[in-house]
Amino acid sequence: MNTLLLLPILAPLAAAALAAALGWRRLSAFVTVLASLSVLVSAAALGSRVGTGARFAVGHLLRADALTVTMLIIIGTVGTLATWASVGYINTEVAHRNTDQKGANLYGVLVPIFLSAMSLAVLTNNIGMMWVAIEATTVATAFLVGHRRTRAALEATWKYVVICSVGIALAFLGTVLLYFASLHAGASSGDALNIDVLLAHAGELDPAVTHLAAGLLLLGYGAKAGLVPFHTWLADAHSQSPAPVSALMSGVLLSVAFSALLRVKSVVDLAVGTGFLRAGLLIIGLLTLLIAASMLVVQTDFKRMLAYSSMENMGLVAVAAAAGTKLAIAALLLHVLAHGISKTLVFLTAGQLQAAHGSTAIADVTGVLARSRLIGIAFAVGLAVLLGLPPFAMFASELSISRALANAHLGWALGVALLLVVVAFAALVRNGSRMLLGPPAPSSPAIAVPRSVAGALVTGVILSVTLGLSAGPLTQLFRTAATMLGATQ
Amino acid sequence: MTQVTTYTGVLDLAAGAFLLTAVLIVWRRELRAIVRLLAWQGVALAAIPLSVGLNQGDAALIAVAVVVLLLRAVVLPLLLARAVGTEDHERRESTPLVNTTTSLLITAALTVLAYAVTRPIIALDPSPATRAVPAAFAVILIAVFVMVSRRRALSQAVGFMMLDNGIAATAFLITAGVPLIVELGASLDVLFAVLVLGLLTGHMRRTFGGTDLDQLRELRD
Repeated sequence: MNTLLLLPILAPLAAAALAAALGWRRLSAFVTVLASLSVLVSAAALGSRVGTGARFAVGHLLRADALTVTMLIIIGTVGTLATWASVGYINTEVAHRNTDQKGANLYGVLVPIFLSAMSLAVLTNNIGMMWVAIEATTVATAFLVGHRRTRAALEATWKYVVICSVGIALAFLGTVLLYFASLHAGASSGDALNIDVLLAHAGELDPAVTHLAAGLLLLGYGAKAGLVPFHTWLADAHSQSPAPVSALMSGVLLSVAFSALLRVKSVVDLAVGTGFLRAGLLIIGLLTLLIAASMLVVQTDFKRMLAYSSMENMGLVAVAAAAGTKLAIAALLLHVLAHGISKTLVFLTAGQLQAAHGSTAIADVTGVLARSRLIGIAFAVGLAVLLGLPPFAMFASELSISRALANAHLGWALGVALLLVVVAFAALVRNGSRMLLGPPAPSSPAIAVPRSVAGALVTGVILSVTLGLSAGPLTQLFRTAATMLGATQ
Repeated sequence: MTQVTTYTGVLDLAAGAFLLTAVLIVWRRELRAIVRLLAWQGVALAAIPLSVGLNQGDAALIAVAVVVLLLRAVVLPLLLARAVGTEDHERRESTPLVNTTTSLLITAALTVLAYAVTRPIIALDPSPATRAVPAAFAVILIAVFVMVSRRRALSQAVGFMMLDNGIAATAFLITAGVPLIVELGASLDVLFAVLVLGLLTGHMRRTFGGTDLDQLRELRD
């Protein structure tokens, strides 16, 4: 058991050490892909073992349950696709002189560290360590966001580090307050921050202090999840990062931060009832949706468009978490998995488009389907998933979230959310079709697709279609996770 | 009895000095002076776990106090001091968005707010240490104010460190510190974050020829 829980943390760290020793080479890049795959393998192995309970390792420091397995599947899947595509992406960047060997070496070390920190964040049983791991992702990704070292990249990095660090600092204050409440509820100082201990003592937590803590935790982890009011870093960082890093940040990091909120919510709901965080998540979720939808309408840059689409989805996920029923939480988990894979598709294709055109303006890109079958189809599939079109998974998840909201007597929230989702839908369709369809402009450059990027894209398309047709054993996993998080009905 | 009073006195003195350095940071414009004040704030911060540790006879907490002193009064301020530019215009905060008088008034208002916000914490555990927690919360609020009102990259980094000092002080006052492994992890994160901010300040000076954050306006919708 210990090995299975440690593997997702240690394997990427080992890959980082190898990359540090060897520099950016075929071998170290390949080992990083293997390390990401091993995250997926241990997720599968854990999935068949945890059942409806939780398994612990290294004392009670690590914990694996259905939510952990779900998050590890997302980290492993997107991690594998993104690190695979990194091989071709970074070689192209070096060839185009957007970065040098030193930059490539740094990239090779930081990406696996980033993956390891995310694995730790979902595997730890201690919410203090969870905070440490999530803040570590900020530090690890800082120089990935600014990888190109341009003025714009530097600006994005500065905003990213400052805004996320401040946001996440509030979450630490919330954690300290929860620790304080937990100590006064009779927990011993060594394990008062452990999730199982907090759940066991939830009934005795002081309500006033828990309210204060919950508010700070919501704002803090919300910052990393791209939620209002600390969302302003997101579009800049996601649009400036190298494409595979954008895929990881948008597809995985946002949902890892949100899973931290789900963990906290399970404790807070037990302590002070579901009303407090429900109200908070609804306000923050709907505001996030509103901002994302309005920004999507006026967007002229395709990478920023994809970033705001991530915000839109996180807003929807927050609203689903507010409903909090078993149906809602299970749908939310399917939603973030489908979002992770589809965002990988669209960001990787966006990276190739940017490399071909030297620009990220929507107006510069036309007739992609006619110019490159692979890039066109991968972008179209990713977009179709994001739009919630059947047969893809987000159709099912959005339908379930709607039903859950209606059942939870949140019809008004459902109405507002649907309206905003429709606005976002229209904006994505308009911009997406402008890029994909029609005859290419006569001066359009050729779109090159390195082999590794092509491999990742084909795999991503197959995964998206498969997940849309049937979630298979995942459906049961998501339901177990929802039950474990204390969802009712 | 006298021992208890001495303990309370030392604790209040440390918390007061801690808050005072925050107010002085709002007042000063010279970047080197601000970094020096930040180092003194680190000393005041370290005094809190030291006095709690001595009072409770907790050797681990005294060790933590020493680490805090090294990190927050020496290492981190040195890192920031290295990032202060050598040119004249780089050594001072640029014309602030909010003038000094208004800033100090806002600081006073934030301190009052801190007292209001922390009432549930004191109600749960009215010990001498917990009673000092409004000072720590005030520093947190003042730090956020510094971060939104200052226009130099380095001032924002100082604000971030103040924010972090405030949170650390809260942790020491209400729970005698978080579990050691979390404390270590969090300190490491802060160290790296400040390192990253320092490096970025250097990059910024080379790329933009200055560290005025008003120059960061290339990315917009």
